Amino acid sequence: MSGAAPSIESSGREESRPRFVFVRRHAALTRLTHWLNALCFFLLLMSGLQIFNAHPALYWGNASDFNNPLASIGVKADAAGVKRGVTTVLGHAFDTTGVLGLTALPDGRTIARAFPAWATLPGWQSLADGRRWHFFFAWALAINGALYLLYSLLSRHLWRDLVPTGGELKNIRRTLLDHLRLRFHHSAARRYNVLQQLTYLLVIGVMFPLLILAGLAMSPRLDAAWPWLPALFGGRQAARTMHFLLAFGLVGFVFVHVAMVVLTGPWNNIRSMVTGRYRLKEAPDA
Amino acid sequence: MPEARQLTRRGLLASAALLLGGCDKLAGNDQTRRILASAEALTQTAQGLIGAPDALAPEFTLADLSPAFRANGTTDPDTEDYTALVENNFADWRLEVDGLVERPAKFSLEAIRALPSRTQITRHDCVEGWSCIGKWKGAKLAALLGEVGVKPAARFVVFRCADALERLDADNKYYESLDLAEALHAQTILAYEMNDKTLTVPHGAPLRLRAERKLGYKMAKYIMRIELVDSFDAIAGGKGGSWEDLGYDWYAGI
Repeated sequence: MSGAAPSIESSGREESRPRFVFVRRHAALTRLTHWLNALCFFLLLMSGLQIFNAHPALYWGNASDFNNPLASIGVKADAAGVKRGVTTVLGHAFDTTGVLGLTALPDGRTIARAFPAWATLPGWQSLADGRRWHFFFAWALAINGALYLLYSLLSRHLWRDLVPTGGELKNIRRTLLDHLRLRFHHSAARRYNVLQQLTYLLVIGVMFPLLILAGLAMSPRLDAAWPWLPALFGGRQAARTMHFLLAFGLVGFVFVHVAMVVLTGPWNNIRSMVTGRYRLKEAPDA
Repeated sequence: MPEARQLTRRGLLASAALLLGGCDKLAGNDQTRRILASAEALTQTAQGLIGAPDALAPEFTLADLSPAFRANGTTDPDTEDYTALVENNFADWRLEVDGLVERPAKFSLEAIRALPSRTQITRHDCVEGWSCIGKWKGAKLAALLGEVGVKPAARFVVFRCADALERLDADNKYYESLDLAEALHAQTILAYEMNDKTLTVPHGAPLRLRAERKLGYKMAKYIMRIELVDSFDAIAGGKGGSWEDLGYDWYAGI
């Protein structure tokens, strides 16, 4: 017994030494389209806020009911006559001076502008420039997205990696609880968990397509060719509101996405989306 | 080598500006603007392929009329000449139609009202993002063009107005243009009535364009003259419209 102990100890030490293997996690096309999509979305968001600033109010239906917007950003003078940035949502007014409505320029001057200069593209007020950036990168995003979808369908990436199996769907409660406790199973990192699968399917299959359709529904020429398009959203102004809400829904996704990247090993995650290689602590056949 | 290094540095600075400075350095560059504007031709071509070329813009009912239709741009040209026309109830107003036409002519408001007309309840979409629904009655532009006869060389219809974007720059009068296909579209009318009343000054009296598949800035108000041309090169900034000369897209279908 005593003679055998050191050998067990030494073997135990050997086994506890971490053994790393690299697995191929993301295909080259997935990686390329991921980063192009991130760039396009970032530029579309900023140029979209520039366009929104030309008329910072949202409505429902076909036309604008100027006196009753769903939400609006503007400037109002308070009781003392001091100008304040005011954001109104469903009839409730909030003082958003410094963030929305009345915001600072890079040189420190305060100016009446809905979204601040740092959030818009270009930073100065220019609807014409904002539209040019927006439509250029809208095409880039659509072509890039179509390329990704085509590849994912042909390579079966969609079915293989993103569509959850029945067993995975049954695990959804446990996966959700584990995530809420920030307990992540790195050993299972060779396959997306069911929450990732459903989130990615929602973003790729529902939010981006609806966002694009809502954007197209604002085109008067396209509304002539496809009258069902604005009707799908409940009218052109409703489509404009949906376009705005979906964009911010995706901003919410990006925040959660980046938080998860950071919480589950940022360098390993980023490396896997750049080089395709993801480091695991065990042998691939273990 | 120093030149190459300078180019690299410039490239790095441009990248930094793109990432950190909100792209302002790039965005203010005319070359950038030209590259970005290349997508406009793609949009125009793609949208032209979708649906019937003569597809009608959605039409609405009286119940959909906007209670307050916003008058945008100039709401009163406020020039001596225009004020005189208003005072005389536009009895002295004449629409001049010339350029690449067989029979240049002048039309009184009565003559315009005598042309085949169309009434439509449509949605007006401003480039800023808002929409209003109004009822319009006006002479079909196709009928007016039929009266004067369009020469084969003509490609665009240019609308010249009584107002100016900048009141201080009164010589630089508002103008807009459509290609012939859009000018001949069934819903393209020269409106003299809005919501069953004679067109008012804020909305472009005595005559404004309705081109329902376009954004609001295409729909010239206070029209004084219609000119058929084969190119915009010789007109003002050469881009086919007052807002186009300031950087907005000529297509304006999105």
